[in-house]
Amino acid sequence: MHFKHDFRTLFAGATLLAAVAAPPALAAEMTIGFSQIGSESGWRAAETTLTKLQAEERGINLKFADAQQKQENQIKAVRSFIAQGVDAILLAPVVATGWDAVLEEAKDAEIPVVLLDRTVDARDDLYMTAVTSDLVHEGRVAGQWLTDSVAGKDCNVVELQGTTGSSPAIDRKNGFEQAIADHANLKIIRSQTGDFTRAKGKEVMESFIKAENGGRNICALYAHNDDMAVGAIQAIKEAGLKPGQDILVVSIDAVPDIFQAMAAGEANATVELTPNMAGPAFDVLEAFFKDGILPPKWIQTESKLFTQNDDPLKIYEEKKNLGY
Amino acid sequence: MNATSSEVLYRAEGVSKRFPGALVLDGVDFILRRGEVHALLGENGAGKSTLIKCLTGAYRRDGGTLLLDGESIDPRGTQEAQGLGIGTVYQEINLLPNLSVADNLFLGRQPRRFGLVSTAAMRRAARGILAGYGLDIDVAADLGSFSVAIQQLIAIARAVNLSGKVLILDEPTASLDAQEVGTLFAVVRDLRARGLGIVFITHFLDQVFEIADRITVLRNGRLVGSKPTAEMSRVELVTMMLGRALEQETHSRAPQPEISGAAVAEFKGFGKAGKIAPFDLTVRAGEVIGVAGLLGSGRTETAEVLFGVERADSGEARVGAKAVSLTSPRAAVAQGFGFCPEDRKTSGIIADLSLRENIALALQARRGWSRPLSRREQNALADRYIQALDIRTSDREKPVGLLSGGNQQKAILARWLALNPSFLILDEPTRGIDVGAHAEIIRLIEGLCAAGMSLLVISSELEELVVYSTRILVLRDRAHVAELTGSDLTPDQIVHAIAADGSGQAGA
Amino acid sequence: MIAAAQAALRRFVPQLIALATILALNALVFPGFFDIEFQNGRLYGSVVDVLNRGAPVALLAIGMTLVIATKGIDLSVGAVMAIAGAVVAATVAGGASLATALLFAAAAGIACGLWNGFLVAVLGMQPIVATLILMVAGRGIAQLITEGAILTFNHQGLIFIGSGAFAGLPMPVLIWLALGAAVTLAVRRSALGMLIEATGINRRASTLCGINSLVLLLAVYAVSGFCAAVAGVIIAADIKGADANNAGLWLELDAILAVVIGGTSLLGGRFSIVASLLGAMIIQSINTGILLSGFPPEFNLIIKAAIIVVILVMQSPAVQTLYDFLRSPSEVPTETPRQLPGEAEAPESLGRPQ
Repeated sequence: MHFKHDFRTLFAGATLLAAVAAPPALAAEMTIGFSQIGSESGWRAAETTLTKLQAEERGINLKFADAQQKQENQIKAVRSFIAQGVDAILLAPVVATGWDAVLEEAKDAEIPVVLLDRTVDARDDLYMTAVTSDLVHEGRVAGQWLTDSVAGKDCNVVELQGTTGSSPAIDRKNGFEQAIADHANLKIIRSQTGDFTRAKGKEVMESFIKAENGGRNICALYAHNDDMAVGAIQAIKEAGLKPGQDILVVSIDAVPDIFQAMAAGEANATVELTPNMAGPAFDVLEAFFKDGILPPKWIQTESKLFTQNDDPLKIYEEKKNLGY
Repeated sequence: MNATSSEVLYRAEGVSKRFPGALVLDGVDFILRRGEVHALLGENGAGKSTLIKCLTGAYRRDGGTLLLDGESIDPRGTQEAQGLGIGTVYQEINLLPNLSVADNLFLGRQPRRFGLVSTAAMRRAARGILAGYGLDIDVAADLGSFSVAIQQLIAIARAVNLSGKVLILDEPTASLDAQEVGTLFAVVRDLRARGLGIVFITHFLDQVFEIADRITVLRNGRLVGSKPTAEMSRVELVTMMLGRALEQETHSRAPQPEISGAAVAEFKGFGKAGKIAPFDLTVRAGEVIGVAGLLGSGRTETAEVLFGVERADSGEARVGAKAVSLTSPRAAVAQGFGFCPEDRKTSGIIADLSLRENIALALQARRGWSRPLSRREQNALADRYIQALDIRTSDREKPVGLLSGGNQQKAILARWLALNPSFLILDEPTRGIDVGAHAEIIRLIEGLCAAGMSLLVISSELEELVVYSTRILVLRDRAHVAELTGSDLTPDQIVHAIAADGSGQAGA
Repeated sequence: MIAAAQAALRRFVPQLIALATILALNALVFPGFFDIEFQNGRLYGSVVDVLNRGAPVALLAIGMTLVIATKGIDLSVGAVMAIAGAVVAATVAGGASLATALLFAAAAGIACGLWNGFLVAVLGMQPIVATLILMVAGRGIAQLITEGAILTFNHQGLIFIGSGAFAGLPMPVLIWLALGAAVTLAVRRSALGMLIEATGINRRASTLCGINSLVLLLAVYAVSGFCAAVAGVIIAADIKGADANNAGLWLELDAILAVVIGGTSLLGGRFSIVASLLGAMIIQSINTGILLSGFPPEFNLIIKAAIIVVILVMQSPAVQTLYDFLRSPSEVPTETPRQLPGEAEAPESLGRPQ
């Protein structure tokens, strides 16, 4: 988030300059269409909020379309953006396939498309770039934090997986396993799905505790998302243990509620899946329109680690109004 | 009548069948000859249906042998029996009303070309088959668009076409009118002439004497006797079926006194558009009002409007001196009305509930959910009516769906009698039940009337209607057209009234 | 009376056997399964977890049993849970008292049930279609209330309902036991049970008997909505937040399964709430057993499905017939059909009872 502020000042200056120096046509604000999947999760809502916020700050005219989880709605939205002659399109695709035709139309109309959060199965010349997080990397950051914090001591880890078979669950598991692979002191003793939900996270953690000698065998919990961690923290407390001390808690996503838990000392670390996908996307679009610079095909967002030392309460206050 | 051929087609020897707790067939012999119509008779519960099911493989018999054309057979299902030449047509036609006539005839064996059903060939063949029955209908139309009688003929055509040796007809005439019965019998005679053996089950004794060559009577799961029809008198037959002389057969009608008692209920200009034209009716205490008319004349509709099943859209109703609104059966029950509907299975019994619960249900509904009848009260109620109406059951907890038709009818009657209604409507109370139960229900109607209850009885059996009715309403084309009283209460007068020209007033 | 009690007990034999078998299997894969400790003022152990985690499905199964007994089905209960959870969370988050919040949530559940009942009883829609509407729309309504996020709260009273304990037992356990007992008594001590069964078996005949089947159906769906609301409040209170996206997701299917395992026919009629509650505990025992077993999560659904198939096959009519047949030699009574009386009693003895 820190770079945002710098950039904003810079950009405000640039617009001012442009307004003074350039002919009126060029000074007209940029119009960008954004086809969002829907609002199926708090993270998604935060992404929408941040995108709108970013556009406002940069003086971009954002046309927003909520697809309500339906690809046909997204295709319709993209077509309508093309018809309106927008300068660029942001697309958070609901599925990976079936985009070729509509992307082709955008290309013919010479409208650059930037994919947000997810990629598509289409020729890579059909879109300008994709801004996504690296799910494996997120798992790696979480694993790295745990290996660093236990510093060689033996530690039994229990893992709350995401929905079985989903790519975040697979990748976040792999990344974590890669990070602890060379550390014989870290061992995953139980791994079960919590379906990315609080309720299941709590229920599964209860069973982990029962199965592992009342939780006394467990040294750390790794949850594939914060919601499951929040549920699990309740289970740990109800079992009479202290989350954050008796059992270390590390998870991924950085939703506001985990910062509250960190402030209370009940969670130890989280890896941010930033909802600010639009920021980098606007950056490359502005660079492209201003200087004609073509970005790389993949822009990886930062997977930032937050711990109890990062003033979690302040971050909670910042984040809680983003719509998580 | 044809000379009965002596060539045995299908012989069953010593067939036995046991259900948990009961021996329902006990060593029954049955011989069907080629080119014969063989009536299988007996009271409900005599074992007719079970015997049929053993003959067609629907049930596995526990003992006995089956010989078809002299060869021992052992069908494991109706399909196998069909393959051997034994076809069955049930009272409830089990074809598919939403498929075409041709589809129904060839269901499961459609002529195929290149693996696809050849619709044209199938329709051609269907027309050919039906022509043999004097039926010239659109075979592409849905089966359900035809009358029950035609569906019945189609079912027969399918069964004969599939099987071709033995045809079993289980109460085929139960829902047919006289003319349709005539058509059916013409077909049956034709099939007999073609050498089929036909087993015919019915409750109508007239029809038995009209068409059957031979009669076999069962009682209590045992064979009572088997004789050519020509050697059997009506009285002998009834005696064989009941094991006693039937009082009703010789019952001569005593002249019914005119009832001029207090009006229990009064209806003025009561009716519902499209169902029954507005009519006036005054119901007096202790009288039986008979209702006669052809099927579709508005008999059931009259009952349904009176009982609030169909909401009347004209006229007014008074009970005692008070105007009442009969907007639902519930409202009618509250006024002391009761109604035994014509179709026991779909509108009468709650098949899976016990006899006890079926009897207690209407009383319970009137008391409301918060004032339950205790188990002891229910038991007492059930026992009282099981005894009073002579309901034959192993115990009161038996699901009512497992009882025979006559006993189901008695259970529904018991349900209403438990309410002690002031006005009870009976729609075809004796349809589809055996002769013995038939007579009992008629005696019951007379008994209730003598005890001061008012009844409205709908029946297509005119002989029966004139026996107990104080007066008879005659319906035609969804309107009340005549009322017969006193010396006009004869079947002849009723027929005249029904047949009278619509413009003139019939009856006296 | 003793005979009646025995008959009632015999009704539960298949469910009790299934439950005992699964509990034994659980003890096999996890030896400490039956261990129970007393700590922090409550009983603590896997068996308690089964009772506790089974609460939502048990609660749903109470209402679902009644609905299924009327030949209906209620697919909307999962969505109604989400709505009730969202309502209770939004109300306490808005600063209202716990009583108000619970009242609102219950009212929301009953309103949803009445809506379903209206579609089924008044408009005559097929229950599966009628309740599908709310199943789809309900979650959207819940999301509108929570604005798409997990609506968290910190109201200690409400949290106590989800994770507190009374007399050593978790609150959800006490709630489903109490509601199950209350509804069972209400339908069996009154005539409601019989009227519901009659309506489910043959609605037309029941209406002709004077049963007010319209009001009865409305009431049954309302009870189902209320049970779903209670389940929704518990699940929200348990995680201190209303998760409109996930609360009660697919639980309607577990609830239907619980009723089916309990031996109530989907064709309506005879029902047993107690058997459905046993069914819910059977399902939860399987779930808890799988979690304790330590098998990889990829096997969860397969194991669950395999066990349930076995249970349903054991309860199937074909296997029951086989079982009766194997037992029959010693049991078939040697009675013959009742003889007709030589002379039928003349019905003049009938008189007019009452």
